[in-house]
Amino acid sequence: MVKVKSLADLKKIKSELQSKMELREKSENPEKSVQVKVAMATCGIASGAKQVMDFLIEEFEKRGIEAIVTQTGCMGYCYAEPTIEVTVPGKDPLVFGYVNIKKADEIIEKYIKNGELVEGIIPVNYETIEK
Amino acid sequence: MHLLVCGGTGCRASESSAILDNLKSVLEENNLENEVQVVKTGCFGFCEKGPIVKVLPDNTFYTQVKPEDAKEIVNEHIIKGRKVNRLLYLNPESKEHVSDSKHMGFYKKQIRIALRNCGFINPENIDEYISRDGYEALAKCITEMTPAQVIDVIKRSGLRGRGGAGFPTGLKWEIASKSVADQKYVVCNADEGDPGAFMDRSVLEGDPHSVIEAMAICGYSIGASKGLVYIRAEYPLAIERLKIAIGQAREYGLLGEKILGTDFAFDLELRYGAGAFVCGEETALIHSMEGLRGEPTVKPPFPAERGYLGKPSNVNNVETFANIPVIINKGPEWFSSIGTEKSKGTKVFALAGKINNVGLIEVPMGTTLREIIFEIGGGIKDGKKFKAVQTGGPSGGCLTEKHLDTPIDYDNLIASGSMMGSGGMIVMDEDDCMVSIAKYYLDFTVEESCGKCTPCRVGNKRLYETLDKICHGNGTMEDLDKLRNLSNVIRDTSLCGLGQTSPNPVLSTLDNFYHEYLAHVKDHKCPAGQCKALMQYTINPEACVGCTACARVCPVNAISGERKKPHFIDTTVCIKCGACFEKCKFDAIYIN
Repeated sequence: MVKVKSLADLKKIKSELQSKMELREKSENPEKSVQVKVAMATCGIASGAKQVMDFLIEEFEKRGIEAIVTQTGCMGYCYAEPTIEVTVPGKDPLVFGYVNIKKADEIIEKYIKNGELVEGIIPVNYETIEK
Repeated sequence: MHLLVCGGTGCRASESSAILDNLKSVLEENNLENEVQVVKTGCFGFCEKGPIVKVLPDNTFYTQVKPEDAKEIVNEHIIKGRKVNRLLYLNPESKEHVSDSKHMGFYKKQIRIALRNCGFINPENIDEYISRDGYEALAKCITEMTPAQVIDVIKRSGLRGRGGAGFPTGLKWEIASKSVADQKYVVCNADEGDPGAFMDRSVLEGDPHSVIEAMAICGYSIGASKGLVYIRAEYPLAIERLKIAIGQAREYGLLGEKILGTDFAFDLELRYGAGAFVCGEETALIHSMEGLRGEPTVKPPFPAERGYLGKPSNVNNVETFANIPVIINKGPEWFSSIGTEKSKGTKVFALAGKINNVGLIEVPMGTTLREIIFEIGGGIKDGKKFKAVQTGGPSGGCLTEKHLDTPIDYDNLIASGSMMGSGGMIVMDEDDCMVSIAKYYLDFTVEESCGKCTPCRVGNKRLYETLDKICHGNGTMEDLDKLRNLSNVIRDTSLCGLGQTSPNPVLSTLDNFYHEYLAHVKDHKCPAGQCKALMQYTINPEACVGCTACARVCPVNAISGERKKPHFIDTTVCIKCGACFEKCKFDAIYIN
């Protein structure tokens, strides 16, 4: 691994990473590349987030959907765990709560494939520091 | 087009399901069901003005919608493209209708600073942290600023310790920086011990790099090359993520020797705690890290003078550290523009108890309890009545309805008889007995007292016994005075923060719920029906049909009676298990 040796280095890495992530979003098949974040803090894992994440990874592959599934920390909606955030390119990210395997299946079939919304959306209710 | 209908508990209670059905049927009447989709969502967090209907993609936000409004929304908004003005949110100050939720003041209630990356980045990937300005603050500090300048920035930001006591962080760093020694330490206190609190765990699980970066910044400022994270072993996931993060930071050269090409060296180690509450106190924490018993010692000397292994040590809480990189990046003026006069920035709270939206929130200092509980938290479960909110864990107190509009900051909470604590917030409803609540917390402190000083070891035990006596209906008026006097003594004479604050739950419930204590002592009644010893199950002979279900379920055969005739409970035999109460299908059994 390349060591970060100066502030300039760090900034270079940062801009590279940012463009990489940008690329991830605007990949060559924008209608296919979906990003899913699974909230995997203690609260999420206790409610079954791991199984949901495994399910998502397997099913995307089986159903031929190009998608990136990553884990993240607690989104704060502990009452509705497991929660996942789905970003379909060109659309705002959406957070879904109470995602069990059945719900995950519904989200893939209805929302990701057809753009239909499914129940259980959690509206964003906070501001981030970027604004 | 999409119509989002709030399906949160609050909105459901005001008929949001009927709105959903009506919208669907009106759309069908107009043959629009294929073009417009109606979806039930989770809580919008704006329960005060519920039910909410949101229209996508134009983000129109309708408030206080009634089932009969469905027709108008479809006819006007969907078909004719005109917004239904009377259902838009009315800005209370400008008296103007606001159609887009992004411009509503409500959504400014939560600002995520410490939680900025939680639930956003992959905590096990340092690249994602770097792409969100990660380690830029550290780079800026060690390449462009002197330690004194960094401390000055933190001082000017007004940041105060998020662990509970609220000591100014910049001042703490300054004291540690002035101590002269060959070795100094930066310590992160991740011994989150309040029942119901999980803020620090979430930060470490969701954004471990922010804590690592901040500890390195602190190390640079005070002249320490070593950092220690004291974390409880009950947080295995947080430990794992921290270890991964430390490993990645070392690989990138952001921990270790010659960081970013400078002469600054800093590295981190983990120390595991066994989960003793007292080890959140900084001197006890340090002793525990040294391998000694987790007992506090008298301050001074403060850890900043003589801490871990006798060397100057700076101890900060996880959330305090999580704020540091942002302050460096965005400037102290930006940070101090948020919050109240003496408490700057935001505070993370873990909402728990009888509240609809249990979860993790971050609000600017100065937000009121009402906003937190009824708007962000979605109100009380099952539509019950709010009774009290316990802040600050076993060291805090119970606040009541009259405190709901007090802006929350360090000083206001102390003035109301509670304290900020680490940020646990437990909401109670009308079914909670405040004497039992006080007893519960005393039970906790008795268990967790290290036993070193007498007021805490013996005094808390006596407090607990007196509360237990009252809960059993054997309390006297003298006991109530004794509770207060003893509480004051414990508070004034205990060695450390644990004992000095442990009587708070007793004192605050005595102040705010004296009538409940009186009911227990004088009338031998528990108004909330929680104290078993004061309860009595009785069968209403007029409602009882004599089905014998209660008699069959009673484990001690306290219920007698003939088939098809009213039954009777022998209260001398009854153990008040409540089994009959649950079994009765005719609501014939009631609690006195």
